[in-house]
Amino acid sequence: MAEELKVFRTWSSPFGFRIVHALKIKGLEYETILEDLSNKSDLLLKYNPIYKKIPVLVHNGKPICESLVILEYIDETWKQCPLLPQHPYDKAMARFWAKFGDDKIFPPIRSALFSQGKEQEEGVATAVGNLKFIEELLKGKKFFGGDTIGYLDLAFGWMANLISILEEIVDMKLVDAETFPLLSAWMSNFSADPVIKDCWPPRDKMVERFKGFRGPHLKKVA
Amino acid sequence: MASNEMKLLGAWPSPFVLRARIALNIKSVEYEFMEENVLVTKSDLLLKSNPVYKKIPVLIHGERPICESLIIVQYVDEVWASGPAILPSDPYDRAVARFWAVYLDDKWFPSLTAILMSDGEEAKKTALEQAIQGLDLLEEAFTKCSKGQNFFGGDKIGYLDIALGSFLGWVRVIQIMANVSLIDESKTPNLFKWAQDFSGHDAVKDVLPETDKLVEFSKFLVAKVKGSGTK
Repeated sequence: MAEELKVFRTWSSPFGFRIVHALKIKGLEYETILEDLSNKSDLLLKYNPIYKKIPVLVHNGKPICESLVILEYIDETWKQCPLLPQHPYDKAMARFWAKFGDDKIFPPIRSALFSQGKEQEEGVATAVGNLKFIEELLKGKKFFGGDTIGYLDLAFGWMANLISILEEIVDMKLVDAETFPLLSAWMSNFSADPVIKDCWPPRDKMVERFKGFRGPHLKKVA
Repeated sequence: MASNEMKLLGAWPSPFVLRARIALNIKSVEYEFMEENVLVTKSDLLLKSNPVYKKIPVLIHGERPICESLIIVQYVDEVWASGPAILPSDPYDRAVARFWAVYLDDKWFPSLTAILMSDGEEAKKTALEQAIQGLDLLEEAFTKCSKGQNFFGGDKIGYLDIALGSFLGWVRVIQIMANVSLIDESKTPNLFKWAQDFSGHDAVKDVLPETDKLVEFSKFLVAKVKGSGTK
């Protein structure tokens, strides 16, 4: 049977890009369904009734939800260009740090975007503190996956695109080349990769989009 | 330490530690259990082995620590691949099991603990409703995953059985302390039967904490958390 792959995502969601990147690395054809989260499609609600969120991968009619779960599904279903390391210990480390990124780096950065003043400073300080662990992981490596992009690079990929955009919006530095030489180099290398570089939406549109997300949160406080 | 020696840093009341113990039991792996009294102090070994979170469980295999209970379970499954499989073999079934395990930790367990820990009747009532809703979803998931057999993993205990089953001791505690019915024989009959089968399983029964000991511990824990004003 011909494989049918659909990706439900938004045009700007970093979690959606994880899936796009993985499918492109594996050389897989897929259809994109772009969602408007203020008006979710019936299909999205049917495929992800628990969270009602993107991304969702639908493979031959069967939905898979949660971006890191989707990445492992893609890697286990299509064996070419492996994303996760082979050795169980290295796999465990990749999974650990991916979860760390989602639990301890993304939330404070998100919080910094949605706030100002002291709350924003705290978000930035927490994020910077946790990013130091990530800097250490890159010692002696071009990518988190080694010589080529792997699961952990895809898990952290949002940083390569979004951090400089958020720095521009909130006018604060998160990742400077002096404190984070390895992470800064990684962000350039990741974004320059042929598979990745054509996936990012135009920067000005992303800046406008995330400024738009920030606005209502500031109004709530005022 | 020899390269294949196993140590598990844990604490008897922790459902997360229990997950690691059940996985090791399924694979018949011998290990040294090192009890941490984390509410009082954390050992140097724990702080060195899990500098990021400073939490249990930590599995130390040879010299190498592995942290986070679900990651430990997958690690054990992959290292002792010749033993009974913990994750299903089909990628889609694996994705479903992983999805529900994430749901349990991110959404369901917080609502479960909120029944005991939150202030005020309204907050407790909301937490209870959320926990029951979650169990209704899991009752439905059980039908799909078990394919007519006794466990989420089919005819044997699997990843999702371990992820949810590790909370059974605390479910029983909360049923007693809050005087509520969570896994109810009439409302969630599949989960009710599954809970008994899981609790009696060889890999589980000797490590599942006794309910009355957990009740005593929970009184101490609630007092400590509420007394210190922290959550």
